[in-house]
Amino acid sequence: MSNAVAHADHGHADAHHAHHPALQHHFDTMAQQKEAAVIGMWVFLLTEILFFGGLFVAYMIYRVWYFDAFAEASRRLSLFWGGLNTAVLIGSSLTMALAVRAAQTNNRKWTVNWLVLTMLLGCVFLGVKVIEYEDKFANYEVPGPNYNWLYHEQHAAAAGDHPATSPGGGAEGAAPAAAAGHRELALTPAQLQNTTQIYFSLYFTMTGLHALHMIIGVGLMMVITWMAYQGRFDAAYYTPVEMSGLYWHFVDIVWIFLFPLLYLVERHQ
Amino acid sequence: MSDHVSPVSLYLTIFFALMILTGVTVAAAFVNLGQFNFAVAMLVAGFKASLVVWFFMHVKYQSHLTKLTVATGLFFLAILLGMSLIDYVSRGDFKGYVPPPVNPDAQMPAR
Repeated sequence: MSNAVAHADHGHADAHHAHHPALQHHFDTMAQQKEAAVIGMWVFLLTEILFFGGLFVAYMIYRVWYFDAFAEASRRLSLFWGGLNTAVLIGSSLTMALAVRAAQTNNRKWTVNWLVLTMLLGCVFLGVKVIEYEDKFANYEVPGPNYNWLYHEQHAAAAGDHPATSPGGGAEGAAPAAAAGHRELALTPAQLQNTTQIYFSLYFTMTGLHALHMIIGVGLMMVITWMAYQGRFDAAYYTPVEMSGLYWHFVDIVWIFLFPLLYLVERHQ
Repeated sequence: MSDHVSPVSLYLTIFFALMILTGVTVAAAFVNLGQFNFAVAMLVAGFKASLVVWFFMHVKYQSHLTKLTVATGLFFLAILLGMSLIDYVSRGDFKGYVPPPVNPDAQMPAR
């Protein structure tokens, strides 16, 4: 990196040499300080990669073992909401990148505007997640004592919507291929009752941890937006904007992998 | 500062590429490719992640040391995923580890 640092004098007449007010005394130049921050942030993101990585390993092993259950359970997720959330999150990554760009170009107004838009899109994502979780609770698809793999069909049969797909009465696990006529299943509904809970446990853990990161990210943005509003950043010093941007993009990348892994296990018939 | 300022058009291009690739991954999931459905989904996701890392996260314009740091993360993730899965698929009679059986007498819980 070439160290073309603008040594603007901000009234530090008593200092032994003039420097940017944001330059900490243990760094020689702004470029050196920035580089240290970038590497430090990436090292933190590496620990985050391995944090999520453990869950991805658990997902992979159970998916290989109980693929049929994962395929069936995955179809219970709404492709519409999942796809919408993917688009919203990619859009928020764009606004975040534009916020960093506005900071780089000394545009205080648009730094704040893009950051606010990023937060709003983050909140839209979390709102959609609430709708999806609420639907899972309403359909007894949350792992635990109240989990009921057949609630959906029993409910539909009781309402008389499509009796052809109802597994019939108590569904005591005798008939295979009871689930909505996708194809012949190796697992009975009672076996799916057990194995699909593994899928939904991973679903709630992975999306829940991701949502927690989103909430932290929005909180981070609030602080950064306030700092930007106060005019703490300029083209020579915008490291906090860039660092929170790295965090935000990382959370976006996690979702880029979660979406196909959770929503698209096997969508073809 | 020596920081690279990317043009807005680049960010928009990456954004639209990510949106199109999202459509591609959804469309591909509805085509029966057998074992390759998973490979396609992961390849597309990996490519999307690379676009975000390279352009949105500005790794393209960072020092070699930063790039090496990023690569180290991917290396350790590969060890975590690869070694764990090698362990699981190579157990038992080396034809693949038999998963814990699903209880053949499973009953729906009484309600």
